[in-house]
Amino acid sequence: MLLWDLAAPTEIFDETALVAQARQGDMAAFTQLVERYERKIFRLAQNITQNREDAEDVMQDAFLKAYEHLGGFEGNSKFYTWLVRIAVNESLMKLRKRKWDKTVWLDEPVETGDDVVVREIAVWEDNPEERYGRDELQDILDKAIQSLPPIYRSVFVLRDIEELSIEETAKALDLTVPAVKSRLLRARLQLRDKLTGFFKKKVEDPFAYL
Amino acid sequence: MLTCKQFLQELTDFLDETVSPEERRKLEDHISACPNCWVIADTTKKTIQVYKCSEPVSLPEGVKQRLMAALERKCASDKRAPSDG
Repeated sequence: MLLWDLAAPTEIFDETALVAQARQGDMAAFTQLVERYERKIFRLAQNITQNREDAEDVMQDAFLKAYEHLGGFEGNSKFYTWLVRIAVNESLMKLRKRKWDKTVWLDEPVETGDDVVVREIAVWEDNPEERYGRDELQDILDKAIQSLPPIYRSVFVLRDIEELSIEETAKALDLTVPAVKSRLLRARLQLRDKLTGFFKKKVEDPFAYL
Repeated sequence: MLTCKQFLQELTDFLDETVSPEERRKLEDHISACPNCWVIADTTKKTIQVYKCSEPVSLPEGVKQRLMAALERKCASDKRAPSDG
């Protein structure tokens, strides 16, 4: 539990009430929203931009924009989903500004059909993550996700790390549901392929147990 | 019986448990007879789990302070705005 959880007996758990108070200019209420989501928004920005400085800027700009436009938040989606959408847009703008990544347009078509990547098929350890120390594991996960094209990375980050629904992910990225599903499948399979190199069972015949 | 390609196309819905019971039965029939697709489904599921279990990173030092300072400036300028105009 975080310190602020313990130190804030008046914390409001009902998010709708919290957002309503923040909309009336209650900075303490908005600060509670910041504290609730700052680490998630920073992680999301870090995962999409793959750059720490950009992630810091994105987090700051996203919360400032959210504060500025809170009056326009209609309340027909969750505050977090709305905030994610702002942070995703800020992250993509950062990516587009970087010379090395000019092709970050989420609506660009993906190949369909036979481009599903399955290179290596091998059984994993039961608890593959236990083979590595915490930092080493994080490094493996970060590098794998970094290697994905942004159009796949963004979908995976929102759906499987931030745990938005398919529909919320589609809304946040301005994509259709089928487009999200198609990118998600490719992202998941590409990551699976990359992680297999680290997590597969170390036996000569990976199907020996079958 | 589904082909491996058909199975893979349904993998996302299968793992997210958003398929109909009838479709689910077809997919389960396929993996019970196809070791390769069983491994792909199992390792893809573990891929998602391992990312879901990763903790949000701590904020770098000073980031929170900068954000709160920026918000306070914003808040102060908003309060001044009506009398300025």
